[in-house]
Amino acid sequence: MDERVTTSQDLAETVPVAETIPVAVKDLTKVYGTVTAVNDITFSLKPRSTVALLGGNGAGKTTTIAMLLGLVVPTSGEVRVFGADMARNRYQVAQRINFQSPYVDLPMRLTVRQNLTVYAGLYGVANQAERIAFLAEDLQIEGLLDRPTGKLSAGQKTRVGLAKALLNSPELLLLDEPTASLDPDTADWVRQKLKDYANSRGATILFASHNMAEVERLADRVILLDAGRILEDDTPSVLIEAYDRETLEEVFLDVVRGRAQRGERDGAGQARKAS
Amino acid sequence: MSAVASRSGAVAVLLPPSGLGGSLRRIAALVLRYTYLLRSSGIRLIELIYWPFLQMLTWGFLQRYLAGTTSPLAQAAGVLIGGVLLWDILFRSKIGFSTTFIEEMWSRNLGNLLTSPLRPFELVAALSVWSVLRLAVSMIPVAVAAYFFFGFNLLDLGAALVAFFALLVLTSWSLGLLSAGVILRYGLGAEELAWSLAFILLPLSCVYYPVSVLPDWLQPVALALPPTHVFEGMRSILLHGVFDVNELWWALGLNAIYLTVGYLAFRWFLQSAKVNGTLVQLGE
Repeated sequence: MDERVTTSQDLAETVPVAETIPVAVKDLTKVYGTVTAVNDITFSLKPRSTVALLGGNGAGKTTTIAMLLGLVVPTSGEVRVFGADMARNRYQVAQRINFQSPYVDLPMRLTVRQNLTVYAGLYGVANQAERIAFLAEDLQIEGLLDRPTGKLSAGQKTRVGLAKALLNSPELLLLDEPTASLDPDTADWVRQKLKDYANSRGATILFASHNMAEVERLADRVILLDAGRILEDDTPSVLIEAYDRETLEEVFLDVVRGRAQRGERDGAGQARKAS
Repeated sequence: MSAVASRSGAVAVLLPPSGLGGSLRRIAALVLRYTYLLRSSGIRLIELIYWPFLQMLTWGFLQRYLAGTTSPLAQAAGVLIGGVLLWDILFRSKIGFSTTFIEEMWSRNLGNLLTSPLRPFELVAALSVWSVLRLAVSMIPVAVAAYFFFGFNLLDLGAALVAFFALLVLTSWSLGLLSAGVILRYGLGAEELAWSLAFILLPLSCVYYPVSVLPDWLQPVALALPPTHVFEGMRSILLHGVFDVNELWWALGLNAIYLTVGYLAFRWFLQSAKVNGTLVQLGE
């Protein structure tokens, strides 16, 4: 093979610095018929950050991620990933991104190894065998490699899905409810793996969740969505302090139920603390 | 992960995604996926041969019966069985294309594919390549059986067979693209289209009878379909020993139009699915 072999790091270095913001979303709106799923949102992600899209059902989390992936075309606004307009030039950066969702499966009849081999080919991974062996060991799926994917438990499928999502060592990892339907132990294990990956790879992670414990554990920034709008965008600790609450879940309930706005509860909080 | 970060495989080494090499790699990866799928189920493999084999037997026996009658046309060697085998090339190739695509939706894998570096034309190319490979698995044993059971040698069609085969496969891709696009846009509820679309061509493309049998007003419709020219060409060889090149050119020209329209329709439906959010709903 005479083609130049390059790492994803090399690819990143070929892109001008001004274009290396992993995600830049501007005035993004998605309307389905009479329903506005995402309503004029603007945000960007810093490199190596882990950001949670937090919101209830129908808040617009999945639609936002789908627009970032190019699966849904925005009604208006712009999505740029590593500088590329996802509506027009998704393929420029597709190799630097990966994705996992409990709503998307790998082919059930194929073995885990076959699935990973196919996706390694699709993502252009040159060191396929080594990469699969590494991920299998790291994600503890070595014993599952030759089993049909459809025969795995939910927890095992999640680990295999994660292996697929990490095959190309993505610089941007998009996750839709990464621990949905997992038992607490497996969910915790997955969160730790994601944290380790973000730290070791210097990757940027954007994940959608309505699991507050997960968001507090993983995210260094929270974008709180409700009815397609961004209601809050800050670090978990700042939000908890601003709403004078103990947990992010309480903040979430305050915000989506319109019970309080940032700083409103300060007086009551001070009084409670004083007493 | 950091504990083993120094090992080979700790970071993916990526090949350049663009260019012909990148496209061929992704097409090969997808064809490999379909090969794994076929290998995973012996029943699928048997099913590939089962239906065309039954078809061939049914029409072969009918041909043998008619050969004993006084009809001179029926006694012409191989017209019916040739029609069956060529029709099955079109039908099986179309089914191969469509079911392989639907398989991605059944397995909820389309979201993974469409977020990977795979381009739509590469998906179409992989489906096309696979439809031919699947067709070979399906039709070669049946063609061999037709020779042993009824003495019909498909190879008697000579060089024309290659042309007929290619032209029918091209038509099947047009139909496959159209049905894949509709399913992409409207979901698995439109799956029935994938199975039934080819049958619309069956009465109009004159598989078992000449175009002249059709009413005058219907003949232009039949002649606007590429397979009609293939079947007319086949009858010309088997009944008169004449290889009518004009029929092939007509079929080729029409196929070029249908294939272009099919691909544009597929792209349009794909874009429409992205606008309507169907691709996300497919996953959920």
